[in-house]
Amino acid sequence: MQHNIKISLIGHLILIVITSLTMQFLIKKVELPPSISVDLVDIGKKTNIPYAPKYNDTKSDKIEKDRVVANQAPPKIVPKEKTDTIPLQENIKKIQDILEKNQKPEKVEDKNKQTSEFEQKEVFDPNKIAALIDKSKKDNSEINKKTSLTPTQSQQKNFVTGSLTLSEQDAIKTQIFKCWNIPIGLPYNENLLVRIRLKLNTDGSVISSEIVDAGRMNTPGQNYYKILAESALRAVKLCNPLKVPSKNYEKWKDMQLNFDAKEMLKG
Amino acid sequence: MKKFFINFIFILFATRVYAGVEVDITRGNLNPLPSAISDFYLDVNTKLKDNVKKINLEHQIPELISKDLSRSGLFLILDRNSYIQKPDLSHTQPRFEDWALIKAQILVTGKISLEKDDRLRVEFRLWDIVSNKELLALAFYTTPDNWRRVSHLISDKIYERLTGESGYFDSRIIYVAESGPKTNRIKKLAIMDQDGYANKYLTLGNEMVLTPRFSPDNKYVTYMSYYKNLPRVYLLNLETGLQDLVGDFPGMTFAPRFSPDGKKIIMSFAKDGNSDIYAMNLKTRIVERLTDSPAIDTSPSYSPDGNYICFNSDRSGSQQIYVMKSDGSNVKRISFGDGIYGTPVWSPRGDVIAFTKFHNNKFYIGVMRTDGAGERLLTENFYQESPSWSPNGRVIIFYRETPADNSGHGGSAKLWSIDLTGYNEKIIQTPTDASDPHWSALLSKK
Repeated sequence: MQHNIKISLIGHLILIVITSLTMQFLIKKVELPPSISVDLVDIGKKTNIPYAPKYNDTKSDKIEKDRVVANQAPPKIVPKEKTDTIPLQENIKKIQDILEKNQKPEKVEDKNKQTSEFEQKEVFDPNKIAALIDKSKKDNSEINKKTSLTPTQSQQKNFVTGSLTLSEQDAIKTQIFKCWNIPIGLPYNENLLVRIRLKLNTDGSVISSEIVDAGRMNTPGQNYYKILAESALRAVKLCNPLKVPSKNYEKWKDMQLNFDAKEMLKG
Repeated sequence: MKKFFINFIFILFATRVYAGVEVDITRGNLNPLPSAISDFYLDVNTKLKDNVKKINLEHQIPELISKDLSRSGLFLILDRNSYIQKPDLSHTQPRFEDWALIKAQILVTGKISLEKDDRLRVEFRLWDIVSNKELLALAFYTTPDNWRRVSHLISDKIYERLTGESGYFDSRIIYVAESGPKTNRIKKLAIMDQDGYANKYLTLGNEMVLTPRFSPDNKYVTYMSYYKNLPRVYLLNLETGLQDLVGDFPGMTFAPRFSPDGKKIIMSFAKDGNSDIYAMNLKTRIVERLTDSPAIDTSPSYSPDGNYICFNSDRSGSQQIYVMKSDGSNVKRISFGDGIYGTPVWSPRGDVIAFTKFHNNKFYIGVMRTDGAGERLLTENFYQESPSWSPNGRVIIFYRETPADNSGHGGSAKLWSIDLTGYNEKIIQTPTDASDPHWSALLSKK
């Protein structure tokens, strides 16, 4: 009898040890919300900065919004809106003039003025409305793809180690996009995924790059993999040094790039 | 038992998790690859005969490779004047920094020498300038007057090594050469290299010829000819020049095409205004009827594995594309768009079918998947038809006619090629007007 109790106790103990070791994500899950909230702050900072200069005067912005809502029902007032909006613009100018007079800010000449990439794009050309619409569609689809087709990037892993924010990831992707010349003849229906592990310096220069499945490169019958891997390595070398986030070196000093041309080849 | 648990726990710990961040790269560019193709180095001990020397092979071979590759639209050949290193030095060991300086990502070098038996030895190396390594090194032996083919073979090897699919430069095109006024048009069979060189006529033009098609081994051509005013399908042996009637049908046979194994010819046979599809075994000469409908069934084309056939038929009222098993069973309509569809051709890769579409008074060349989904129109024009695939399924060749004026003058027919992506549309120069092109398989099989 006692012998049985002993066995049962030992069995339970082992079970408890195993569950405490393997089910760690249960504990980790509790820590998830704070790490997400940190990320959100980062995105906010990154994405808001370029758009901010567009709204010089928050007051006029608010008025315009109100007007649009009010004018939606009677279509006859539409011409009126036009005449009204012009003085509004002047108002903005007046306010700016007053601000300039009172505060006497140093005037920066136009050509030296720094404008972000996003700001430049905001110049509105009525002839290019179609292009703008097209582009927005494209962007949306890309975002959808990114969220739905990320089988390789283990999210749980990134929560544990701390991941890059979306905008930081996008910055890396944009750089590699320009450097990576896709071998157009590869089959899109085969599982071709090349993972390259980078060790990076603080300035983004690559200390070492290593293919995870390096053995596959020289395996007979893996020609496609080899060609994809070589193109990926060329991309990494052409993009060296990478433009990296200025903070959190510890977070991205080891970076793994997963090259997958499937979607592009299918298109 | 205890050991098992210990092992189990040990394994749990041993699976190391990658500590860094991961970024998925799913998009890259499809810009042409900046490439340097250096002049080849002529071995100093090589004493070429005067007539060979005149060709200036060390310059002409790389020049032809450059033309091939740049025509594919996937390579940007950098100006040879900007090259810093001399051909002899770069062939043994290129100074990668010099080539990186002019923004080349790949480099081709070569060496030409003469063997004792007067054969030419052309050797080339392909270098990856970005990763500082050699990607490929090969040598070809040939007679000096065969230098064009060697150049095309080298282009194919480079193309394959960098894109992952086989090339298409060492191949030929057969077409119908047209001359004379519209009312009395002379139509001859003509054959040429894929880049338009070495044009040769195969028939004299006494009878009208249409729809020539290569056999998979490139030794035969099947075509339709109006011999004694009776349109029939013929078989021409390209080596001997002998031609042969394919099957003694009591009516008109047309639109012939070989099966992928080269053993059968599939074609249409028309009688009393009804045409159906028949396949003839070339060895046994046994004819098999594949479709049996009161509608017009024509333009059959096999899938590369030989298991299916696509064709067009007006059995539903308007002309549409259908797919059936190669024994004639399981007929399924696959085209459902507006307009009429014709001349379906199965891609050598097997995944898409190219076709001609007529809609709103315009002709289109397009592709769709084999189940009819994913229709993409590649090019639109006044009149164009008869698509044919390059050996690797990347490029489609077709012919396009421009309209004649009211007096019947000024119209022309020319061969054009376009990428599967719808880009890189190029004209192929021919001495006369041209129609009904068909692209051969690669001349040298692996």
